[in-house]
Parts: sequence; C-alpha cells; structure tokens
Amino acid sequence: MSIMTAYAQAEAVRAGRAQPIASVRHAHLSTRPLVFIPLKMAGEAAAPLGAMVGTHRDDPHLLVVPQPRDRSLRFAFVTELAEVMVPYIESFQRASETVGTREPYERFLDAPQILVPNRGGIGFTRLLGRSSRFRSADGPYPVHPSVPVLGRWLTFLAERTEFAGASTLLAMTELLALHWATGQSGTEDGALAALLAWIAPPEGMTALEAAARAENPLLTPPAGPATDPGFDAGVLQPGIEAYDSTGSPAQVRGAIKSQLEPTWQLMWEAVDVLRGLPEGASVADRWARDRDDFSRYTAHLATGGAPQPRLDSAVAAAMRLERLEDAQARYDAQRAFDDPLVLAEYRLTGTTFAGRVIAADPTRIVTGRRRVLRPLITVQTSDPVRLAPGQVLRSPARPGQKAEITELAAGRIVLELSGGMGNSLTPRPGSVPEIGEWLTYTDLEVPSPRKRPPFPSRENTPWTHGGPPPEYIPTDEDAQEAWS
Amino acid sequence: MTPGEAAEDVITRVLADYTSGEHRAVVVDSPPGAGKSTLVVRAARLIAAKGEPLMVVAQTNEQVNDLVDRLATADPGLAIGRLSATSFVPPPGLTRHPGVRITTRLADLADARIVVSTADKWAYEADQSWPWAIVDEAYQMRSDKLLRIAAQFERALFVGDPGQLDPFSTIDGERWAGLSWDPMQSAVAVLLRLNPDIVPHRLPVSWRLPASAAPLVSEAFYPFTGFRSGTTEGERRLELSAAGFPGPLDATLQEAAATGWALHELPSRHTIRTDAEAVQACAHLATRLLQRGPVAHDEKGSHAVTADRIAIGCAHRDQAAAIRAALGVPGVTVDNANKLQGREYDITIVLHPLSGRRDATEFHLEAGRLCVLTSRHRHACIVVARAGIPELLDHHPSTGGVQLNVPVKFPDGWEANQAVLAHLAKHRVVA
Repeated sequence: MSIMTAYAQAEAVRAGRAQPIASVRHAHLSTRPLVFIPLKMAGEAAAPLGAMVGTHRDDPHLLVVPQPRDRSLRFAFVTELAEVMVPYIESFQRASETVGTREPYERFLDAPQILVPNRGGIGFTRLLGRSSRFRSADGPYPVHPSVPVLGRWLTFLAERTEFAGASTLLAMTELLALHWATGQSGTEDGALAALLAWIAPPEGMTALEAAARAENPLLTPPAGPATDPGFDAGVLQPGIEAYDSTGSPAQVRGAIKSQLEPTWQLMWEAVDVLRGLPEGASVADRWARDRDDFSRYTAHLATGGAPQPRLDSAVAAAMRLERLEDAQARYDAQRAFDDPLVLAEYRLTGTTFAGRVIAADPTRIVTGRRRVLRPLITVQTSDPVRLAPGQVLRSPARPGQKAEITELAAGRIVLELSGGMGNSLTPRPGSVPEIGEWLTYTDLEVPSPRKRPPFPSRENTPWTHGGPPPEYIPTDEDAQEAWS
Repeated sequence: MTPGEAAEDVITRVLADYTSGEHRAVVVDSPPGAGKSTLVVRAARLIAAKGEPLMVVAQTNEQVNDLVDRLATADPGLAIGRLSATSFVPPPGLTRHPGVRITTRLADLADARIVVSTADKWAYEADQSWPWAIVDEAYQMRSDKLLRIAAQFERALFVGDPGQLDPFSTIDGERWAGLSWDPMQSAVAVLLRLNPDIVPHRLPVSWRLPASAAPLVSEAFYPFTGFRSGTTEGERRLELSAAGFPGPLDATLQEAAATGWALHELPSRHTIRTDAEAVQACAHLATRLLQRGPVAHDEKGSHAVTADRIAIGCAHRDQAAAIRAALGVPGVTVDNANKLQGREYDITIVLHPLSGRRDATEFHLEAGRLCVLTSRHRHACIVVARAGIPELLDHHPSTGGVQLNVPVKFPDGWEANQAVLAHLAKHRVVA
C-alpha cells in the first residue's frame, strides 16, 4: 500500500467518510452497462443458484435454479442467461469504423460492458464460461446451441480482465476502491454494501452507521456469489425441499429475489456515484483497445472459431505475456499522466518531482553529427528526488517531449529537452517551458506502439520449448479441472 | 584433487560435450564466481578455431560489453562483431580493440567469427541461422526470450547461476503456473523440463568467495549442489592500515576484516523502505572503510582496496538512490540486487532486504536476492540490518499457495534467510 493511500485511509477514519484517491475516473463507464449479480450454491465451485441481470435498474431479469444439484437445470439457467446476455453483446456488433493507417481494419464503435459486484463475480463468470464453452448442441448430453456461445463470451470477458485497464468486465468493489479510500480494511472493502456506505452513506446515516448496518446479513445480504450460511439453512433449504416435493419454484424464487434485490439497487447507486467523476483523458484510448479485442473475437466467432483452450501453448503464452506487460505499463503511465493525485504517489517515491522552472535556454543548439535543437531548463523542486543523471523523463503537460537529466544537485535539476518542438531549429511557441512555469516530470512512459520481433508460429515451436504441440481439438474433458 | 584440478576436470568435460556437436544443448550451472566467463571465452575460442560462426547471447548491454572485452583481450586477432541498438554508445573498453566491430546491422558483420549481442537484439535477426551458440547468464533470461531466438541456432551452450534472481515480470503469471513452458520461468528451467535428457554440468569451485563465505553460501543457497572455495582459510586477509576509534562503525569493520562477515545491527524499529538511519549506516560504513585504508592480501598478492572495489547492495532502487545521495565518497558502486548480479568486489556492504519491515513478502524473502547480495565479495561482507528479523521471519512462515505441477524449488527463501541470519548472529555488532 502506498503512503498516499495509507494517509487517505487515516483521513477517512478521522472524517468518518471515504476520501478520494483519484480526481478522475480511470475506467470507461458505458452508457448502457449490463449489471450481472450471480449467486452460487455453497460448497460447489460454480453451481449457479440464481442471478439478477439487466441493463435498466427498473427492469431486472431474475434467473433462478430451483434445484441447483440438478445439472440439466444448470444448463437451463445458462440458456436463460444467454437469452439476455448474448443479444446484449450482439447489439454492439452493428456499427463499426475503419481504423489503422498501414493495415486498416474494422472496429466496432462500442463494446459490451458487464458489471459484477466483486472479484468473486469475475471468478464465477470465468468458471461458468469454462463449464459451458466446451458443451455442444448434439452428442450425449446436448445443450441449447446458445450455451457454448455464451460460454465463449463469458470466457472472453473473464480473460480480458487480466489486462490492466480493460473495462469490458468490471468488479464494482475494485472500481470504487480505485477511486476512494475508506477507513476499513481491504477485506471489508470487498463487501459492496460496506464500501458504498463509506462513499455515499444513505441519507440520515453516517458512514460508520451505514457500514455497521452492511455487516448484518439480514439487513444487507452479501453481494454474492457466495450466500449467507444462515440464509442457506433457514430459507433456501426449505425452498428447495418444497420444489422437490411440489415442483413449484415459487418459494426458491422469492428467497433468491430477496437476496439479490438489495445488491441490484447498490450496483446502480455505485454506477451513479462513478458517473459523477469526470472521465480520465486516456480512458478512451484504453476503451478503444477493449473495442479492438471485442471486434477481433467477434470475427473469430463468425468464422466458427474454436472455444478458448484450457491451457495456453508455449507460443500463445509468450505472446499473451507480452500483451499483458504492455497493457500494464500503459495503464500505470496513463493513469499517472491523467491524474495529479496518482502522480503524487510517485512524487513520494522520488521517481517524479514537481517544481518551478527557474532558468531556460530555449534556443540552445547542439552540434554533433548535425545541428539539433536541445533546449535546457532548470527546475527547482522541494520533492525528494531519487533519480540519476542520464534518466529520461516526461511531463504530463508535454507527453511528446523527452527531458534528460544532465545535472542534479540540491533540489535543482537541469533537463535537456528533445522532441515535440517542431522541425526547425527554433522551437514552436509554447513547446519549451518558460521561466515561472510549474511542471511535473516523471520517469513513467506510455509505451509507444512499435514493431516487435515476431514469435515463431505455433507449428514452428522450437525444440527448447517442446517442439510443435499437437493440433488442439476441444473436448468435453477440457471443462474439467486438472484436480477433479 | 586440488580445486584447480576439480574445476579443470569439469570444464574439460563441458567443452568436449559442447564441441562434439552431439548435444543440442549443454547446460552448465555455475555458482557465484566459479569462472563462468572464463568458460564462455574458452568455448567461444574453440568454436572460432574450428572456423565456424558462433552467436553469443547475453542479457544486458553491460554483460555483452564485458564479454566482448574479455574475448578480445584473450585473443586480439579474433574478428568479433558487437551487434547493438542504434542508440548504443560504445564504452572505451570496446573501442580500444581493433578486432571488434560495432554495428547495428548483422549484414555488416559477414567476416566476424563471433557475433555478440543481447537476447532482445538477436530477436530481430530471425533470418540467419547459426551452427553454434552460447547463451550467457541463461538463468536470468526469461523463457519467452529464448522462444524468440531458439530457432536461430542448431546447438547451444547455456551457462548461468541457478542461485540468482529469477527473471522478473510486472504481471501475475498464475495463469501459467505448472505449465512446463511457463513464460515467466527462466530459459534453462523450461529447457530442462521439456528436455529431461539434458544433465547439467556443475562448476565445483568458487574462485571469488573466500573460505569464510563459500561454505555458508553453498549450504544456504545451493543445498544439493554444493561447491567449495578456491582458497583456503587464511589465504586471503584484509588489513585495515589506519587505526580506528572506539565505536560501532569501527567495531563492525574490524569484525569484517577479521572474520569475513559482520552484522551491523541497528535498534529494532518498523520503518519505511528508505530507512534514514540504515541508509546513513551504509554510507558511513563505506566512508569509514575507505578512511581506514584497507589492504587486501590474496593468492595473487596485495593491493589497496579502493572505492571501485567496494559495493553497497540493497533490495530496491529507491534505497540505492537514497544511499547514493547519502554517500560522501565517489566511486563506490551502489545498486539493487538485480543490477549487482554477476559483478564482483573486494568488500560489500548489504542493506538487508528485511531490515525494518513489518512483513516478509515473497519478494523480500526470495532466496536469489539474498544470494546475490551475500556472494559478491572476495574478502568481506558487512550486513546492515535492524534487529528483529528472526522474529519477523518467525511471524511470516512462507505460505505461498501450492500450484499443481510446479517443481518444488530449493532453497526455500525463508529457510535460506534463517541460515544466513544464524551465521551472521556470530558476527553481530550492536550499533
């Protein structure tokens, strides 16, 4: 935990209210998100018990599995879920734009965004995708044709969450905790009701009162996927027994609705709270990457693409790791560039400093192989700077310009500037910081899109990595865990 | 066998295996300071003598420069190519050799017998194929980097130190845990898992570590593949020519000079990472050490220990920056463990990774980190730490999740830390 967050948490305790740790919203928030609150049966990894799902707060779909031990009812649940989710996802596959200069391609103008209450919701999405993407509409245990399609989409969404800054599937508690610090522990922040109580307590209640209320499962049922054990024993079990003897799901339905409805309201309140934050400048860039990936996967499905394999091959794993690292570096740098509160954390570690320009030589020319414009500026700062000469820095005010430290002593840093000043030997007006300007410089850098050396193709996997793997043929067995 | 004979015996077998061409991969595990670079230079010259082209892969530009310098010094007549990025500024160590050609394009190096570059740069040269390759510091190379260049060579010699830090990533790689081709693993780990017929050779003697350090480092970090020191007790001696004052700084230096180890123990306290007192202690120890005029006596003779033969090591970059800022004397190297890998000094001062911490995370417990920090010295190692680390370790037994199919790794960082601390307790000086 950073010093800034620790400080904000202490402040939150003193003020009795959550404190902002971000000044802008660092995630895309769709105009039409789909809220999905799944519940699972206790003791099973991914046996669905019910779910509330929908795109309007006044119109939730309630899905219920009256006997969660019955496997055919599980896939009836997935079929029902597909009826809501697949049309929602496909509704974004209509309008597209052509992007890319060298190799133009089609990208959808918008992409689906699914909001679940917490990290457990993402885990459940992943497992539900895993159990349904390998099923087929014919063969020994046929399922509805929409089941494997939804399974592929759920897997796509869950795998996409591994990329830093991706917004197609978000856990609400993590999203809120990214922007506010509360006076409670990280585990307590994992409960949506308790977290929201600190950020936006209901009228007439203090944050502490609301958070205490959120701890009572009778007043505030947990946001899933696990249910309250008291509810399981006292309400759910009699309901399931009633279904077994009478065949009527009404009692289970009522029970599950009572558990889901409060969270449903909280989810939409959280959406409202987040809408109140202005969007960060780089969020659109990251959302475009989400749209890219969504477009790519749509194309893959359109050509009858196979379900995602259970394990990555050597080449696929290495490629994925490269993309993940790239996304992480981009997210860290963009978030800091977008938000002075995030940048402040880096100032405390000494890799970033803010200060005033006290001297400038904007027309300095260096003659090496050819004459180039290399202005010098001197910045005075009181930040604890832990950087060395030779380090290249960037300023959020002029991200296209590099600044190399040439001298560094006692709070005075001399920087040599290059780039972002036009092509002539006199800098474009405003492109070189002027004396008196207040600036921040950081060693973070948004990775630029560059051509990377290729990985070998799957068929050319070298002997060091086991040679070419056998062709992948998905089977029902792939849905199993290695240990099951 | 004397240490020299034992080492020569292994090296002869390695070179025979490699140059026979019968093995696609020959792996050599080398403990700290066991003559890895010498082995690489000998192997490279043997291949060059055959008249066949050789690609040499190292991980960082410094390693490449160092290798080229050694090769050119050993055989000034050899045509060596140094493939570099466009922004590369060659150090004087390279430009002084007439046989070394530095260029950004492989096409310019048609007449070079040996071409040396980083793994990252080699990845761009997928078109050419080489009969021979040497991969240096292969345990520092991530397996995805090897994947990119493996098709370029027919057979290779992989040399590296298995006890050092594992390759690093900003990503949580749990998704691949247990896969034999896990891209987060080192190149050698993947190579050995997928090619179980390869039996690594092991260099048996550390020429760097003194007799006071080799048994501890061997036992703590290489529990099943021990090695010994090339020198015997008393062969190396550290002398402080100027007299000291009473006080903990000089007491620490005297303990280190007399025994090869010292623990400079500050009062127990929870601190932030750049603990001001510990940073000061490191800087003061280095300054005082230089004031005392240390002279090292070893098997090669005697020399004064100058600032460039002293290093201060720590776990984090910001700690290194803080120590650098506090240091009053020029020339002393200050770096984190990752940067110190593969380097050698007469005396090292180490800020213990767990000093002043509230918790012992996997990062701070990593055996490789402590191994790098405590195995850089030829004469003495001074550890600066706050009291209470043994208690901290007892409160944080290693509890990493167990993943299926992940080979158990030895040594366990927790255990290695305990072993080193138990030894240091005998050399404790309370500050």
